Amino acid sequence: MIGALLARLSQGYRTLKYPEETPPLSGRYRGLPLLDGTRCPAECAVCTGLCPVGAITRREDKTRLDLGTCLFCGQCAAACPEHSLTFSQEHRMAVRQRDDLVFDGAGPFPHATALEPGLRRFLGRSLRLREVSAGGCNACEADTNVLSTISYDLARFGIQFVASPRHADGLLVTGPVTRNMESALMKTYEAVPEPKVVIAVGACAISGGMFSGHDEVGRGVGELLPVDLFVPGCPPHPLTILDGLLRLIGRVR
Amino acid sequence: MNTECGAQAFNCIPVRLSEIPVLSPDVFREHVVRRVAENGRLVSLFGSPCGGGVRLYAVLGTADSGGFTVLAADAGDRYPALTPYCVQASWFEREIAEQWGIRPEEHPWLKPLRYHRAWRAGHDAWGRGPGEPIEPSVTAFYRVEGEEVHEVAVGPVHAGIIEPGHFRFQCHGENVMHLEISLGYQHRGIERRLTGEPSARTMHYMEALAGDTSIGHGLAYCQAMEALTRTPVSFRAEEIRGIALELERLANHAGDLGALSGDVGYLPTASFCGRLRGDLLNITALACGSRFGRGWLRPGGVAFDLTPDLPGQMVDRLERTSRDLTGAIELLFSSPSVMARFEETGALTPALCQELGLVGVAARACNVGRDVRFEHPAGIYRFVSIPLTTWPTGDVFARAQVRRGEIRQSTHFIRQRLEELSEGPACTAPARPPAADSLVISLVEGWRGEICHTIITGADGQIARYKVVDPSFHNWMGLALALRGQQISDFPLCNKSFNLSYCGFDL
Repeated sequence: MIGALLARLSQGYRTLKYPEETPPLSGRYRGLPLLDGTRCPAECAVCTGLCPVGAITRREDKTRLDLGTCLFCGQCAAACPEHSLTFSQEHRMAVRQRDDLVFDGAGPFPHATALEPGLRRFLGRSLRLREVSAGGCNACEADTNVLSTISYDLARFGIQFVASPRHADGLLVTGPVTRNMESALMKTYEAVPEPKVVIAVGACAISGGMFSGHDEVGRGVGELLPVDLFVPGCPPHPLTILDGLLRLIGRVR
Repeated sequence: MNTECGAQAFNCIPVRLSEIPVLSPDVFREHVVRRVAENGRLVSLFGSPCGGGVRLYAVLGTADSGGFTVLAADAGDRYPALTPYCVQASWFEREIAEQWGIRPEEHPWLKPLRYHRAWRAGHDAWGRGPGEPIEPSVTAFYRVEGEEVHEVAVGPVHAGIIEPGHFRFQCHGENVMHLEISLGYQHRGIERRLTGEPSARTMHYMEALAGDTSIGHGLAYCQAMEALTRTPVSFRAEEIRGIALELERLANHAGDLGALSGDVGYLPTASFCGRLRGDLLNITALACGSRFGRGWLRPGGVAFDLTPDLPGQMVDRLERTSRDLTGAIELLFSSPSVMARFEETGALTPALCQELGLVGVAARACNVGRDVRFEHPAGIYRFVSIPLTTWPTGDVFARAQVRRGEIRQSTHFIRQRLEELSEGPACTAPARPPAADSLVISLVEGWRGEICHTIITGADGQIARYKVVDPSFHNWMGLALALRGQQISDFPLCNKSFNLSYCGFDL
């Protein structure tokens, strides 16, 4: 017992002061892209040819990047001869609409807004989620799991992951939804009482990610269920997920 | 080298396909069974398209030479199963049946593994038609019947944030008589897609075979491609990749000890290790921007070099994290109530471990000195060895103890490499096409254990077959057998002590 107390003293208080303060991220972290399509020469196709998932498109002189499929590998930015595409340190990237992730760099980023007032009143100060891993590679799952560690201490915001869908206000889904997980995902969704929210975390859950086009998987949870929050990344940083959740419950605006 | 009954191969040294003897299925079976019985091991067994049919390849580990023996046989639509004489072949043969629609005759438990259609149209090992639905875990399960015997079915969706899998326990009261594990829910069809590659997606597929082993699987791929394209890799790049691999081990072992602690209700170490695992992942992020090492490696070296300021910063962080981690782990191992739950729980004997061909932490916890870094070193491990950590008791305690030892060894290795990092290019892009008509075996000791990638190239040098064996493929059966005679309430603890990958298995 004394040992445990001494260890606690030496480990210290470790919970981040997020969202009031953001901890420094790695200088090599690839967050929200900065895109200036006006610098792209008409014939240039360097990035579109490089992108492993076809996330970048060029049409009518406009360059668009779909953050919902982007793996944030940064190869496009490294190769761009005009430096029109770079990745910033901005970790806040969650949105409410799928289309908001198709990004041309012009205008402010459409950060996620809070749930409708009626639903928020219904939920009160608590949001309980059932996580369903539907073909994920366990990276999104792992970085969702860390939100419950002392560093992030998700429960201080009234958000918890629960064991049973019947105790949940919604689902947090990771993975492209494999054919083999489709029925389990739908049964879990049906078991959540109304009204319910669905959160798609990671490129796979949003669009199928790098697996889109495989017969064995679908193109994300949006094909099957109405999605209330999209958190891009492969995997998203835990802070990106946390920011999305806090915006959804109106804790961050 | 073409010996009487197989081609000799070494880690990351390509073999020409013409050197691999093609035996009749009977002789193939005889050789594989005999060699495994003589203290060998089935590292990989898979089918590869050949002409209109399927050729089977067996990669056998030989304990003495540090190399492998590769054998082949043309299977036809059916062949005599190896499993009745070699337990290690069981899941491999189920996989072959499912992927190619070939029937290993007399296989005692021939069921699908991942629940998908065969890769060859018109072939199905179970005679299912093209319109017939294939549902996961819809199959016969081993069942014990009798008074007071009951069945407990768990999953695919579990209570925590974990990947999906289905577990069937046959219980007598609280005691587990048998556990059958049914997977395939995470099947994304990666292996099938790798035929005809490499492409821009290949490296990303590798990093997502098992997201918590992005470096391990990524390195296996890089090494294989470098071997096939005869690309020299600088010592500096090899050192950085070693640092990346050991950081991955460190973070996961720290997380596992915390989770084991949580599963027996000892919360101080559980909460300390939860944070410390994150701090270790952040050291990887410092180097490459991704907590899981995504994008760090690439064939030819590394995509992110360590700029002069980074090694010092990484050592500083490692020192601080390591001090706290040591404190958290010592606290765990000095708590009698924790040790009482760890000791003699989920024990496997060394003999059973050898028979099943277990790998990684689970094998070393059975006193079996199986470690790729030691047995089949490649890359930096050819020059810098890491002492082998083993423990003899085979129980949860032993698996925790091996992790504790490896945390110490990996920390020491990383610190030393960061302090002595050599000069040199970070990456030498492969300049030559992959060798045609060749086979290369690439092994990496991932944090869970032996990762084996085997690539067969066609006449054009393109990938004709890419076979991935995650350590979990060998070890799930170990977990199932560790549960026998245990209380069902000890399942979470036993499961965590193996901490196997679902997606790494499902592919």
